[in-house]
Amino acid sequence: MFYYYYIDIWTNFFDYLKIPYIISPKTNEDIIKRGIKVSFDEMCYALKTYLGHVDYLKDKCDYILIPRIDNYKLDNQTCTNFLSAYDIVKNTFNCNILSYNINLDKNETLKKGLLKMGKKLKKTKSEISKAYKFAIDKYNEKQVSEISNNMNKLNSTKTKILIISHPYNIYDGLIGSSIIKYLENNDIAVIYSDKFDSKKMNKLSKEISKDLYFKYSKENIGSLIFSFDKIDGVIFLSAFPCGPDSLANELAFRKIDIPYINLIIDNNQTFTAVETRLESFIDILKGGLND
Amino acid sequence: MIKGSYPLMGDYKVPIEYLLRHALKVKVISPPPITTKTIEIGSKYSPEFVCTPFKYTLGTMIESIEKGANTIIQFGGGCRYGYYGEVQKQILQDLNYDVIFANLITKGKTSIKRIIKEIKKINPKFSKLKAIYYTFITIKMVEYMDTIDDYIRENIGFEENSGSFEELKFSCLKEFSNIKGYFDLRKKYRYYSKEFEKLKIHKPDNCLKVGIIGELYTIMEPFSNYFLEKTLAKNHIEIKRFTNVHYLLFEKSKKVPKYLKYAKEYIKYPMGADAADNIARTKYLCEENYDGIIHIKSSFCTPEIGAMPIISKIANNYNVPVLFFSFDAATSEVGIKTRLEAFYDMLEMRKTK
Repeated sequence: MFYYYYIDIWTNFFDYLKIPYIISPKTNEDIIKRGIKVSFDEMCYALKTYLGHVDYLKDKCDYILIPRIDNYKLDNQTCTNFLSAYDIVKNTFNCNILSYNINLDKNETLKKGLLKMGKKLKKTKSEISKAYKFAIDKYNEKQVSEISNNMNKLNSTKTKILIISHPYNIYDGLIGSSIIKYLENNDIAVIYSDKFDSKKMNKLSKEISKDLYFKYSKENIGSLIFSFDKIDGVIFLSAFPCGPDSLANELAFRKIDIPYINLIIDNNQTFTAVETRLESFIDILKGGLND
Repeated sequence: MIKGSYPLMGDYKVPIEYLLRHALKVKVISPPPITTKTIEIGSKYSPEFVCTPFKYTLGTMIESIEKGANTIIQFGGGCRYGYYGEVQKQILQDLNYDVIFANLITKGKTSIKRIIKEIKKINPKFSKLKAIYYTFITIKMVEYMDTIDDYIRENIGFEENSGSFEELKFSCLKEFSNIKGYFDLRKKYRYYSKEFEKLKIHKPDNCLKVGIIGELYTIMEPFSNYFLEKTLAKNHIEIKRFTNVHYLLFEKSKKVPKYLKYAKEYIKYPMGADAADNIARTKYLCEENYDGIIHIKSSFCTPEIGAMPIISKIANNYNVPVLFFSFDAATSEVGIKTRLEAFYDMLEMRKTK
């Protein structure tokens, strides 16, 4: 769940400190199966997958990195699964956990969290601060290039589709990346809702909703407002049964007038079912049938 | 003419209506009791996998509007409740209902400024001083009701004349809704708590004790949990419940750090809504030798789902049975009864062993 938000920071941070690490493979059938085995059946698809990855890693390393992200101030809270992942893993598996907590309301920042984590790995303070700076610089560099890449696509002459989703859904190895592949094969410019300037998007979301307080939903809604008049259609992609999405997306459906489909993925889904819907959606957007 | 209404939650309609009538000077359209139809209407217009309280509250809103209300007051709390208001307002608008929608609390926190701003939408001439006075009375009323309810829950399963507790509670609530001021309220509370103690009960020393934990709306609105407490009482079980409005408003912020410390071998951080509270309560119930635990929630309640693996782990360690219920719009009442009966039989057998 956290991987796609923070991977650039983590890898660079550990590389700089010369700490060896392994990354679980992209989500595959085996990981989903492991996840379903260790989780409760009502948990959301993303959390099940996450637990599957932990299960894969549990006997392969000394520590497993499981951060906890509480909030980015009161107006920018996260899903409760982000709050509880640490304790769920701790109670489900018998393994050592490396963790940090982000809670800006109580002034616990990423920097402080990484400092604590580095100390646990027996590194000195100056080393960790340097590694932190290095990681953040790399992260920002990549963000800038990804954002400008995304912006360029907005001006493309192809049919443009905005995918509104959380990164752990859309970049996920099984269904998410199949969707992207399918769209790109059909000559469509795919724009990602998470690759915009998050601060700007956060402010923009106020135009639709004053009360929304989920950070990631706010950014998604903001990206929709930003690119609204430049795109041809929207795909909402959420995991079953995502809490924040259920409300925030509903509001977006009702307030914005643009062709959309709402795809929901869970552990029984095959890509075939999704493909049928994508195909007809693309047909509608391109207007191929009437020409 | 302002005709206000609000989403229903159990017996708390008495203090809420009292507050609206006196502090805001609005005519209150009492929302009709929740029925299967309410939830049908609610589900029809709700997003598909939003948690069930959204559907219940939306259903009640629509029913009260049909009854003549033109102002809806919503007061969500933390978690997803805080965001109900805005989406519900939009849904009502799309259904072409012309209502004033006042949303008092969002994000789980609120400021006096926001409340005043929202209230001015309803009644621009309301007096702040009076509002404070009546809010105080309402809070006291909630506290008294919760104390009485705790007593009822412990004893209602063992009443000698069946229905005596319910009758007294009914007349108590009726009196509460017509009180004249704080001292009147206190007098009546004292009178009724004595009356409740006078009711004859026949309680064996080794009766079955069950703790109910779970998500707040489902716990507090009896229709949404299919009158779980009533069914348990019929089987002569003493019930312990922690969540009530007084707890949520005034005790929670102090209690959560204590709870985290108490259950520190299981949890380190709060997990949203009441999840951490419920984990600590599980440990408490186990240590206090309760015979069983019932965990109830509306389906798709994310924080409670996160708490469930930990709750079942604790219960396993102490060897205490837990029954998990997840209530949805389409849950069948008979299915619940069957599961409850089996659970009850199992508890009974464990006890006599």
